[in-house]
Amino acid sequence: MDVLLGIRGKDFVLIGTSKAFLHGITVMKATDDKTRALNDHTLLAFSGEAGDTIQFAEFIQANTQLYTMRHSSDLPVAAVAAFVRSELASSLRSRHPYTVNMLIGGYDTKSDTPMLYWLDYLASSTEIPYAAHGYAQYYCMSILDAHYKKGMNVEEVTGLMRDCHEELRRRMPIDFKGLRVKIVDKDGVREVEGFD
Amino acid sequence: MDALVSKYAAEPELDIAEEDDDEVGTGLPQSVSFTLPPIDHPAKFLRAMTDDHANPSAPIKLKHGTTTLAFKFRGGVIVCTDSRATQGSWIASQTVKKVIEINPYLLGTMAGGAADCQYWLTYLGMECRLHQLRHKRLISVAAASKILANLVYSYKGMGLSMGTMLTGVGHGGVFGLYYVDSDGNRVEGNLFCVGSGATFAYGVLDRGYQWELTDEEALELGRRSILAATHRDAYSGGYINLYHIKEDGWVHHGFNDTNPIFWKQKLEKGEFQNVSTTLDA
Repeated sequence: MDVLLGIRGKDFVLIGTSKAFLHGITVMKATDDKTRALNDHTLLAFSGEAGDTIQFAEFIQANTQLYTMRHSSDLPVAAVAAFVRSELASSLRSRHPYTVNMLIGGYDTKSDTPMLYWLDYLASSTEIPYAAHGYAQYYCMSILDAHYKKGMNVEEVTGLMRDCHEELRRRMPIDFKGLRVKIVDKDGVREVEGFD
Repeated sequence: MDALVSKYAAEPELDIAEEDDDEVGTGLPQSVSFTLPPIDHPAKFLRAMTDDHANPSAPIKLKHGTTTLAFKFRGGVIVCTDSRATQGSWIASQTVKKVIEINPYLLGTMAGGAADCQYWLTYLGMECRLHQLRHKRLISVAAASKILANLVYSYKGMGLSMGTMLTGVGHGGVFGLYYVDSDGNRVEGNLFCVGSGATFAYGVLDRGYQWELTDEEALELGRRSILAATHRDAYSGGYINLYHIKEDGWVHHGFNDTNPIFWKQKLEKGEFQNVSTTLDA
């Protein structure tokens, strides 16, 4: 099962996703990217049913990009989360619902605040300081409960992400081929190396 | 859920015979649609009629079991497959063409339902040709694979069965290799094996793979990987079908019986020591 992890810091959000693309018992790709940049300051990480994940993520990506083109300004993070939740909620009661769990990390440029949203396939949505999906919840939430502090800087949060990564590597029976970690802040989305 | 919906939905149309089917040859269809069986749940019906682990004695048996591989390297892309088709424990054919020649630049491999792969890859060939006519240039492998992925995704849960690798050269001589399956997955990569014998092929292929392989070494590695799979996987066998994709399109490198290749490999190279050559050993 895929790993999705998100931690909100003082003025940024860090999001980590597992790099393994699994098919049955085979790792078909070890450099997979389970995220899509929605606009300059919003990153969507996803896991769930094969096919649904990318179809839904790219649908959301296309629509947020369309919004940017039409209005010459980005849809704020909170609005993106509300839009995703609403799409997921209407999908849930349709003939073929999307089975996708997501984390949305973003930086609100108007109020200069970082935001991290946790959403599941049942269309729950909540803004929280740290979040995880899948088995990562079982291993990492306790670490984050114990060591997360308000207003942590990049070094501290990266260290916390590293602790989570180490614990997953130590205790998870399946090799997830490391994490692809990305930071979202006022300057946009960048990758952070060193989580193999 | 489906039962609940159908309870309140309009009665399904039963007058199929009255539908107009005389449009054959009048032009290319703009959208493809099927006449569905006039029952509650076509997808459930198909599942009940076709075989899988849970239902081995179903009236319709799909052809399954395969080993296919494709990998990129310095000199292009190698595509190699076996040729066996099985229906349960019965070998239905030993001479299946599992590499589908979509056009002189694009190849698709076949795993899962033979009919699904053949039909939809042929349909993809049509879409690629239309793209070429409309845009006056070759379609990229990325775009072609996305057409296929979106197409099979629209049929998700309705019983399509295909695991295919789409590979070739696109506009500007760029090599592409994508794994596309009926679950809706579409992944770009340098090296893929698909089918029941994939694990065996991966073993030999990963061991011998390097980007800097010569054309001859790459062709031999592809051939040897499929041979390994035909030896260990009961559902793979027959002939080895080999292709090499270069910048100006694909080149076929034969459809060869595995048996003499196996014995040549064993007797001349000393491999396959688990197989004895005498009756008493």
